[in-house]
Amino acid sequence: MSRIKQTLDALKKERKKALITYLTAGHPDIEATEALVIEMVKKGADIVEIGIPYSDPVADGPVIQKAAQKALDNHIKIKDIMYMVERLRQKTNTPLLYLVYFNCIFQYGMEKFINHCKRVGIDGLIIPDLPYEESQEIRRISAKYDVDIISLVSPTSEERIKRIISDSTGFIYCVSSTGVTGMRKKFEADFETFMQNVNEYGDIPKIIGFGISSPEQVKEIKDYADGVIVGSAIVKMIDEHYLASDRLEKVGAFVTSLKEAVK
Amino acid sequence: MTSKKGRFGIFGGQYVSETLMNALIDLENAYNKCMQDISFQEELRYYLENYAGRQTPLYYAKRLSEYVGGGKIYLKREDLNHTGAHKINNVLGQILLAKKMGKTRIIAETGAGQHGVATATAAAMFGLKCEVYMGAEDVERQALNVFRMKLLGAKVHPVNSGTSTLKDATNEAIRDWTQNVKNTFYVIGSVVGPHPYPTMVRDFQRIIGDETKKQIMAQENRLPDYIIACVGGGSNAIGIFYPFIKDKTVKLIGVEAAGRGVDTAQHAATLTKGTHGVLHGMMSYFLQDEDGQINPPYSISAGLDYPGIGPEHAFLHESGSAQYVAVTDQEALYAFSQLSQLEGIIPALESAHAIAYALKKAKQTREDEIIVVNLSGRGDKDVHTVLREMGDEIDE
Repeated sequence: MSRIKQTLDALKKERKKALITYLTAGHPDIEATEALVIEMVKKGADIVEIGIPYSDPVADGPVIQKAAQKALDNHIKIKDIMYMVERLRQKTNTPLLYLVYFNCIFQYGMEKFINHCKRVGIDGLIIPDLPYEESQEIRRISAKYDVDIISLVSPTSEERIKRIISDSTGFIYCVSSTGVTGMRKKFEADFETFMQNVNEYGDIPKIIGFGISSPEQVKEIKDYADGVIVGSAIVKMIDEHYLASDRLEKVGAFVTSLKEAVK
Repeated sequence: MTSKKGRFGIFGGQYVSETLMNALIDLENAYNKCMQDISFQEELRYYLENYAGRQTPLYYAKRLSEYVGGGKIYLKREDLNHTGAHKINNVLGQILLAKKMGKTRIIAETGAGQHGVATATAAAMFGLKCEVYMGAEDVERQALNVFRMKLLGAKVHPVNSGTSTLKDATNEAIRDWTQNVKNTFYVIGSVVGPHPYPTMVRDFQRIIGDETKKQIMAQENRLPDYIIACVGGGSNAIGIFYPFIKDKTVKLIGVEAAGRGVDTAQHAATLTKGTHGVLHGMMSYFLQDEDGQINPPYSISAGLDYPGIGPEHAFLHESGSAQYVAVTDQEALYAFSQLSQLEGIIPALESAHAIAYALKKAKQTREDEIIVVNLSGRGDKDVHTVLREMGDEIDE
């Protein structure tokens, strides 16, 4: 059984919601990312999503775009991130995911990439620009290596939801609203209908992401699903404390507040 | 040539976020319906003729041909279209489609500004709200086109992310579409993007090749030996190539921008130097590193300054149905002044790349051979750039 499934099943049994936190690898540098992942786990993150910086992140809003650009300006390579995950695996058993654009995997070589993920201890991949129809080959390969390909569904998916869910492993990433990643003040009117629709299918855990930026929003939204993903708000905090010595402490305190809210 | 999934061989596809998938499916259905619909075709033809000014002439460039001393060079005068380039052919098609689909808001990306101006123009004529994304660097380089779009009532968003050029403007337009997918139609300006765009844009641009075929038959009573067109994303090239793909005696040549040379880091020669990859919704050739990070392209011509190429060109390249070459900034500038001085036609810098290769090719041909060059746009927008680059040489 995959680490993701184990973790989410255990939470469900205890009637708890999952907290997934995101950060961009190499922002501000690879050592800082490593320390931040450990800190987030320590403060209650159930799963950590590590973003591989990409030159053209079309699914991301300005906060994550800027973080990716800074990481690339620091010459972060995929192999540096793989080594970092290898080191992290010595220290934590918490599930780790990559958020990675398809071209990075494609250039690396699909099978080589998945194999490498498995070796260093990555449990799943979120590929925001690879819809269901284009994902058959990578699903076939990743099944062989027991790495989950996390499917996304969005409020515009409608009749596609059923088919996408029926073919998924790990969890379902429910995109809260149309648009890119980043903080939103409120969610669209059709959010509730969307989540009702999603929850009709399968027992696979449903986790909501995009636009969740505060403990208040976590409280407001967590009961619609099995957990929440917080990304841009954390990346923004890292960016605001880019060179500050209290960066770890600030992010840790924020994750603590999110963990309180998710309970 | 398009397979069911919108593939040209292995190229093409739909690499977009889940949020856009149903919008692409709706677009494909609406497009297929309109292509079967005679009244849509008639309406489009009406605007192409009476608004854009089609058909465009196929002009025998006698002085240019005699100067080179080889085969006969014909120019397909897309520069004579309304708004000064072939871009309007596609824009009229897509905006009519947007109207049929009940969309109220139009967005577009633009590099040099030609596609942005064409989109703003057609949106004005049909009374639709229009917003254009343009790299901040291009906004500076092409200030006149920015002002034109504003005059036409469009809103221009300068894009500061990444390299602040066409690639980044495209990213931002995709983000906008993902946000506003319910009421917004994204008018893509080239044969790029996710299916059905590469097929749809080709079908709206093939009128260039269809007319050329009739015109050359009327003037020469035979097909040409060579067809030469510049390639950025590749819409003018596919437009003139497409109706000739099955004519094996006609050699199709796409001309990429070699910038400061294909062996430098500063070029936009995607098929010459790029590798297979995925960007902007499609699998094709891209300029990139081993991690899949896209390398910034360079060309003196803003319209060719794109790190990828349409998937159908990638397919024609690999299947050998068309040949792709590259010419440098300097060669394009030379062709720019030659055509101006020998024929009284100032070409767009993009089209000057095609002229530059035609001059080389013509030298190797016999006098009875025929070369057709797609003169995709006029050069008014580039006079400022050319002045900066070679003002002194022209004075002498």
